[in-house]
This record gives sequence, structure tokens and C-alpha cells, in this order.
Amino acid sequence: MYNNFDVIGTWLVIRVPKELDHHNAEMIRKEADRYIERENIQSIIFDFQDTVFMDSSGIGTIMGRYKKVKFSGGNVIAVHTNDRVKRIFLLSGLNKIITTYDEMPKQI
Amino acid sequence: MNTKQTNEMQIEFDSKSENEGFARVAVAAFLTQLNPTVEEVADVKTAVSEAVTNSIIHGYEKKRGKIFIRCIMQEDEIVVSISDKGKGIADIKKAMEPLFTTKPELERSGMGFAFMEAFMDQVDVISEVGIGTTVTMKKKIENSSTFRVSGDELNG
Repeated sequence: MYNNFDVIGTWLVIRVPKELDHHNAEMIRKEADRYIERENIQSIIFDFQDTVFMDSSGIGTIMGRYKKVKFSGGNVIAVHTNDRVKRIFLLSGLNKIITTYDEMPKQI
Repeated sequence: MNTKQTNEMQIEFDSKSENEGFARVAVAAFLTQLNPTVEEVADVKTAVSEAVTNSIIHGYEKKRGKIFIRCIMQEDEIVVSISDKGKGIADIKKAMEPLFTTKPELERSGMGFAFMEAFMDQVDVISEVGIGTTVTMKKKIENSSTFRVSGDELNG
């Protein structure tokens, strides 16, 4: 099981693995949705601190969680995004709906 | 006389998602002979990952099958062909449109081919329904020098 999830209040923090591809994306999706249903999660932080690789499967996973929490007024942000991850966000248009932060915002 | 240095490798593996990482790392390792930048390696890895994922999800629809990768380096260019014997693509033009996906329920973003085209210089798709699909991608590696040197050493 992928165990890098933290709940802070109504925020779910997902520590994205080293490589976010189709294989890992499916595990994250299943586990994240279990948390969203169980823990009264309103918003999600994808933490890219350890991530060196991401492809379009990651886009789908982030979009999917965005649709889930947006419906109930929540938000999705991405933190510790490196240049590569930022480029993927830009190319896919994900940057238009998900704000990226180099550091974790202080209020969280 | 053909003075072009070439080098080729082929791999074959099962269409399991566990092999997506293996496939892109194998191609990246072969590519290092062209002395690519970190960015160029990342570009090729992403493109390979997209094509292999397509074969697993769409070509074989997660059923067991074989995926074939053939890499040819010619001077400063790498050509990567990724093939499957899966269900094939009925409408290639449609499949390559950004955001188009036949599997929204699997949260596919429809960005696979768009990423391949963004990260490689050229992407060609040959597909026949019921026979399979081959995606051939080319990328020129700027300032490549190592391969030519090691190629001379091989000949000597």
C-alpha cells in the first residue's frame, strides 16, 4: 500500500512518489479517494518534494481529485514543484486551475 | 562509404504497468551514449512512458500482451519505435487530438500524444485495427559528441 498521506484539518496532503506514472497514479487515486470519503477532506495538497518524473497519467489523477473536491467548494494546490513538474503543468494547462507553490504555504 | 555511426537495441516485455518505469529507464540508459542533457533525457523518458502506457491501457486494454521497443541511434539522432500487437487505433487523427480520450473513466487526460509531440522532434503512428500499433519518435540530441568518439573506439 502507498502510505504517504497526511490529514491536516480538512486538508489531505499527498506526498507524490519519485515517479508519477500510470502505475503509481492508479495507486494514489484509489488511496486518495478512500481518504476523501472517510476523513471529511475539503482540499488537497500534492507535495512534489521527492518527484523527479511525471507524465500525463499524473495530470489525470490531479484533475480527477480536483473535480471531486471542487464540487463541494474545496481546492487543490501543488507544492515543491520543480521545473520539470512545472513544465508538465504548463503544457497540459493544469496550471490554469491548480496553483503551484515552491514552498508549503504558511497558513497550512 | 557510409560514415554514419549507428547503434541499435531492442527489448520486449509484458504489458504490465510495473514495466513502464523499466521501459523509459532502459531507453534513457541507451541514450546516454549521445551525451544528452538532463532535459533531453527527461523529454525522451516522458515520451516513452506515454507510448508504453498507451499500449498497456488502449492497445491491450490491460490484458496480457507483449510490447516491443526498438532504438536506433544515428549520429546525433535517436529513433525510438514502440509497438504492440493490440487492438489498434481506428482513427489516428482523432486519437492524437489533445484532450481526446476513449477512457475518461480511467482518468486519462488525453494528453499522451500531445506530450510525445511536445517532447520529441517527430512522431509517426502506424496502426491497423486488430493488428496493432507502432509509434515511431525521433529526437535530435544537441551537442552530442560522446557517441561518435565511442563509435571510433569500437571500430579501432
